[in-house]
Amino acid sequence: MAGATTMHLGGNHAARFENKAATSETPLVKWTILAIALTFFTVFLLMPLIAVFVEAFRKGWETYVTALVDPDALSAIKLTLLAAAVSVPLNLVFGVAAAWAIAKFEFRGKQFLITLIDLPFSVSPVIAGLVFVLIFGAQGWFGSWLIDNDIKIIFAVPGIVLATVFVTFPFIARELIPLMQAQGKEEEEAAVVLGAKGWQVFWYVTLPNIKWGLMYGVILTNARAMGEFGAVSVVSGHIRGQTNTLPLHVEILYNEYMFSAAFAVASLLALLALVTLVIKNWVEHQAARSYRDTQESAS
Amino acid sequence: MAATRTFRVLPGFNLTLGYTLGYLSLLILIPLSAVFLKTFEMDWARFVEVVTAPQVVATYKLSFGASLLAAAINAVFGLMLAWALVRYSFPGKKIVDALVDLPFALPTAVAGIALTALYAKNGWLGQYLEEIGIKVAFTPLGVLVALVFIGLPFVVRTVQPILEDLDTELEEAAASLGAQRWQTFRHVIFPILLPALLTGFALAFARAVGEYGSVIFIAGNLPFVSEITPLMIITKLEQYDYQGATAIASVMLIFSFILLLIINGLQAWTAKRTGRDR
Amino acid sequence: MSIQVKNIHKQFGAFTALDDITLDFPTGELVALLGPSGCGKTTLLRIIAGLEQADSGQILLDGDDASSTHVRERQVGFVFQHYALFKHMTVFDNVAFGMRMKPRGQRPSEAKIKDKVHELLKLVQLDWLADRFPSQLSGGQRQRIALARALAVEPRVLLLDEPFGALDAKVRKELRRWLRKLHDELHITSIFVTHDQEEALEVADRVVLMDHGKVEQIGTPEEVYRHPATPFVYGFLGSVNFFHGRVEGETVRVGDDTLPHEPHDFDHGAEVVAFARPHELDIDTDPASTAGIAARINRVLAFGVTARVELDGINGSTGQHFEVEITRERVLELGLKDGQAVRLIPSRLKVFEREGASA
Repeated sequence: MAGATTMHLGGNHAARFENKAATSETPLVKWTILAIALTFFTVFLLMPLIAVFVEAFRKGWETYVTALVDPDALSAIKLTLLAAAVSVPLNLVFGVAAAWAIAKFEFRGKQFLITLIDLPFSVSPVIAGLVFVLIFGAQGWFGSWLIDNDIKIIFAVPGIVLATVFVTFPFIARELIPLMQAQGKEEEEAAVVLGAKGWQVFWYVTLPNIKWGLMYGVILTNARAMGEFGAVSVVSGHIRGQTNTLPLHVEILYNEYMFSAAFAVASLLALLALVTLVIKNWVEHQAARSYRDTQESAS
Repeated sequence: MAATRTFRVLPGFNLTLGYTLGYLSLLILIPLSAVFLKTFEMDWARFVEVVTAPQVVATYKLSFGASLLAAAINAVFGLMLAWALVRYSFPGKKIVDALVDLPFALPTAVAGIALTALYAKNGWLGQYLEEIGIKVAFTPLGVLVALVFIGLPFVVRTVQPILEDLDTELEEAAASLGAQRWQTFRHVIFPILLPALLTGFALAFARAVGEYGSVIFIAGNLPFVSEITPLMIITKLEQYDYQGATAIASVMLIFSFILLLIINGLQAWTAKRTGRDR
Repeated sequence: MSIQVKNIHKQFGAFTALDDITLDFPTGELVALLGPSGCGKTTLLRIIAGLEQADSGQILLDGDDASSTHVRERQVGFVFQHYALFKHMTVFDNVAFGMRMKPRGQRPSEAKIKDKVHELLKLVQLDWLADRFPSQLSGGQRQRIALARALAVEPRVLLLDEPFGALDAKVRKELRRWLRKLHDELHITSIFVTHDQEEALEVADRVVLMDHGKVEQIGTPEEVYRHPATPFVYGFLGSVNFFHGRVEGETVRVGDDTLPHEPHDFDHGAEVVAFARPHELDIDTDPASTAGIAARINRVLAFGVTARVELDGINGSTGQHFEVEITRERVLELGLKDGQAVRLIPSRLKVFEREGASA
């Protein structure tokens, strides 16, 4: 499932096509395509985004702020940040390790391993939550042992973290694997010949080459971690002030018909999404720049 | 033969591969296998009874049907959007390009309530649609709208890079050989795009089938009418019917695996067709 | 430092990359590993460096078995085919890298590193580029920086993988001369891999010719060029004409024609291939003549001091093409014309048994 989430390094060179007779359409066709495409974009993307903010402020600033400083909202923010703060570093270490093993060495079953890493992309988030209920839930594998020892995983914070790690598992690895494969291993070999040891090779040679891809993966992981709903919903138990993340808090408010409050909290998440997109674009821009340099030096 | 110590030039192979396999097994493979192990606790007749119950079958039809349709809609309009982004200049293009990824970044619950607000009876779009007799919110149509939303980036983002890489010479050659613009698209450009388009379609489809957050708000979740399969799993869980939930989950999982293999095949095809590594 | 390669064997799946290679590289020489792509030369170079491991056999550096020494400890300088310069570092930092990676106890001070880097950059005549990034350099400059970087760790041997492969023809020639000069100054044992015979003959003290994972011939450039030991070497070094035939007494019969040949080791009736370089063939225009090989002139290219005549075989060697180099005067003297039927008379002929002769 990586195809659509990996870094996009293309430039905007529409002029390349537009100014030539052989690669451009008649104005009628062009404007029709443009009109349809932009209508589709507006109806399905732009309007929902605007709706979030309009609904959030429908009852004015006061209601908006009240909804955000509500203790339950604040505890949801905390929990959301915690889930992201745990899953991002965990999946970062995994992503780097997996990409290193896959991109720099030859071994049997490599392709299969890549497919396995992709798995969480194609598993429904609901199932991602379910699996942890089956293992740690009251009737699960470790259920009675956990109860005996008074450890709570399901309907508690650890379950939420686990589910979040599961759904955000592949992002960084899938970003780094193709990137590191494309870069080959000549530079690393050169470093070793020059006497560099394990960490030195990674730190001085590999890391500077993959930093933009790494950051891109981190941003995606973070966005997904903070926004995950389905998986977390299954393991959370919806205990207010304790096991509610921001998206779950939105759901509760919405189901209690506190629409403005729900949209106020939602607008916070939407803002996060927009910030994510801005950073993502900036990273892509930086990466494209360093990629171009690489291309020059390869020619 | 000399007693040579085997070594690898680059360091860390055992460490990183070991860590990768361990982490993968612990977090993904063992948990997922729990679904199948739990399913095996059921006898076959009971399993069949659960996964073919009429209410469950109705959710399959909706989930798969709406997902297919949503992916198809995305294939058509996503292609147009990708085309417009690559081929035409227009004001605000950079913003449009950046916002295409919104469904990746926007939490699904937020998307769900936003779409509901738009398409409800009194919503911005809903009120006009109501007048012409179209109900979106709380109907299967609502499910479709949500699935189009979350699947939108996939086709655009798989087709766009291929379109960008396309050599203008191909089209110039076609034109010089007397091809009309439409013929050039049909016989030259489209075949190059096809693998990527299918990949995007399959990705959007796979994502849609498992989608939960954005759908449940707008769907209304009426049994036999607008209930999706992931919701069915949650419903069973809430009734403490773990076996039932697991049985349905295993059906979905198997389907996901098959889809994953197809997608991998399609991506390999795209890479082969276009000479791209990714 | 001397390098000895003993019975090295390397297999990639079913493909034999190196088949029982034994070689000696004496101290201070510049040796070329020459062969077509896929002949195993790069693999051998990487095994000597320690970047690849042989399935069996030994590498001796200065008489010591280095087979189980990690690349890091082998003290070899390796110049990669595409240079593998660190893109994110300046030229200075690239050259300083090896010194900075040393354990704290052995690491020179920054001031010493600076002196050393500038010394090396002067050696490769690029001192003024210290603050540039690799992407801002030309191909030839990158090549020289890569060399300076390899020299910075004071390697005992210098290994270069296709050092001129990625450069355009003019720069390539310049760098060739420059590398030879540098080697004459430094006298460091060096091996470079190339598929370009002209490059090997021009630069190296000694040439090792390889094909299909085997060593075909070792010798000075002159030896290998003048006295090719195998049909492969004959075909690989310079252009050559060859004639498939059968030994009949003191002649080699090629189709309906015969070539004179001093009989030594060949049995009557042996299937052979005879080689003659373009300058070792003369043209006989006498229509009555029956000596040599019948051919028809296809094209006469006479713009230099030597003229090149391209011919197509007729009679027994139909479908074959020949090339003859004679002086311009000789062309005029013979009055050669396109389409004319002539006979080719070799002044020197080297005959090999047909087996494995695939030139």
